[in-house]
Amino acid sequence: MTVRSEPLLGVTGARRGRASLGLWLDRESVFSWLMMALPLLFLAGFVGYPFCYGILLSLQDRPVAHAGTFVGLNNFIADFNDPIFWRVAANTFVYTGIATLLKMVFGLCLALAMNQNFPLKNLVRALLLLPFIVPTVLSTVAWLWMLDPAFSVVNRLLLALGWPRPGPSWLGNPVLAMASIIVINTWRGLPFYGITLLAGLQTVPVELYEAATIDGAGGWQRFRYVTLPLLQPIILIVTLFSVIFTFADFQLVYVLTHGGPQNATHLFATYAFDIAMGAGQLGKGASVALTMLPALALLIVALTIYMRRR
Amino acid sequence: MVTGYGRVERVLRLWLPVGVFLVVSLFPFYWMAITSIKPNAELYNRNMMPLLVHNPTLKHYVDLLTQTSFLLWTWNTMLVAVIATAISLLFGTMLAYPLARMRFAGAGLIATTIAAIYLVPQPLLFIPLADVINRLQLGNTLTSVILTYPTMLVPFCAWLLLGYFKTVPKELEEAARIDGASRLQTMRRIFLPLCTPGFISAGIFAFTLSQNEFLYALIFLTKSSVRTVPVGVIAELIRGDVFYWGQLMAGALLGSIPVALIYSFFVEHYVAGLTAGSVKA
Repeated sequence: MTVRSEPLLGVTGARRGRASLGLWLDRESVFSWLMMALPLLFLAGFVGYPFCYGILLSLQDRPVAHAGTFVGLNNFIADFNDPIFWRVAANTFVYTGIATLLKMVFGLCLALAMNQNFPLKNLVRALLLLPFIVPTVLSTVAWLWMLDPAFSVVNRLLLALGWPRPGPSWLGNPVLAMASIIVINTWRGLPFYGITLLAGLQTVPVELYEAATIDGAGGWQRFRYVTLPLLQPIILIVTLFSVIFTFADFQLVYVLTHGGPQNATHLFATYAFDIAMGAGQLGKGASVALTMLPALALLIVALTIYMRRR
Repeated sequence: MVTGYGRVERVLRLWLPVGVFLVVSLFPFYWMAITSIKPNAELYNRNMMPLLVHNPTLKHYVDLLTQTSFLLWTWNTMLVAVIATAISLLFGTMLAYPLARMRFAGAGLIATTIAAIYLVPQPLLFIPLADVINRLQLGNTLTSVILTYPTMLVPFCAWLLLGYFKTVPKELEEAARIDGASRLQTMRRIFLPLCTPGFISAGIFAFTLSQNEFLYALIFLTKSSVRTVPVGVIAELIRGDVFYWGQLMAGALLGSIPVALIYSFFVEHYVAGLTAGSVKA
């Protein structure tokens, strides 16, 4: 404190100027905004601008490498009259809904199974997380090979168990292809649920279970009336996360089916990609991508509010 | 946990479910590994028992490393992941520190915006971004992905670090301030060294996400010499309807190793980061 009051006792103006600049920089608001300026500019330029530009693109007829012409809502009207678009919308909701449900149920089972003491528990936990950390495209290629029409190991095991030849065509049949991508998405996302819920389970005080047992609660009742209510906030947050990124999934479908057979597995992201990058219609592609926005915005706002409150 | 139970019950409650989860989780990696060391004669022979390798060979690995640009893709992937992670940690800290420690008008709005950006998935942005990258003439340069990966990593790191920063006690910084240190000095000399575990968590996540990124790399990098491993493997090892399964699996396995190695060293930090957003109140 004495150091700072020294210039006020009558030294030169230059020193006083520097000192007051120092004081100005020391103000919390000035320091904060100066520090945040560069990253905020970066986000404005590479997230904010593309986002607004995407909306503009969706209102244009804009072939790749040509100037766009403004067409109003025509792209969206065309989307809504396109039967494939509605197929894609239905696919996305089915994919997201079922995969999320499976991840939630099996993730909870995984967490409950892991919430016991046993030797090598940390090693087992690390191994169980592997599907989640290995680059998605690379593990998905392994699944592509496991479901190969001619040499599927899954089918060879089924045939060995007495399944009639030639065995299911996992990625060639529309229903089975959807089932396959749901199962593989679940396989990849399950550890995220399981390990996060496990961390949540470990915060439940043992006393609560003891009290419930004394009150005569059985295993199911302890789970229903102690575990579930305490886990509920974590289940909610993990589910919102998972729904957002499953809804906008791209990699898995791109590698496994490219949206086929007969668009049975096309999702919003892969369909928008095909239109924009395959057919070169940037405007129409942007309009398809933007139709994800209402549902996503709802989820994002819900989760943001929830995360901010905590 | 509350009651002890017998051996049969322990098998049913513990080893059976844990065993099933382990087999299902790990089988694809086992299949990847044994495919990569099987000779073609074995891979495409339907009469041989598929779960074992009869005549192991390293031919697929040799072919992968000599006939494709796999090593170059690996170098590209590493370079991009390291630089993008460094930028994201730096920018993330620059956002998180003021939000965690300072009071200023608009802090709540900025924090909310960052959380929201963190949740915006790539498919919402890739079409306009592709046009932006074209106009900047950055197509087929590693700069294109080094600039775009942080769009998802910066909000993520900022969010994770914000949570971590808030758990660090303020007393040391206050003491340094009373001793006359400026805010910047306090932050750099006193505060940041205390946050190493937070940086490791955020760094591993950012690195893993960079290695995993596919969509931007697929769109921006169309020349073999600038590709990353995921795009190279998908675009060049799957040729039309002809699959080179041995090479593909060798590539998938080698491409997974860097992430798996780093992960195995820092698994506790990874789990801490994974659960930070949802468990910590």
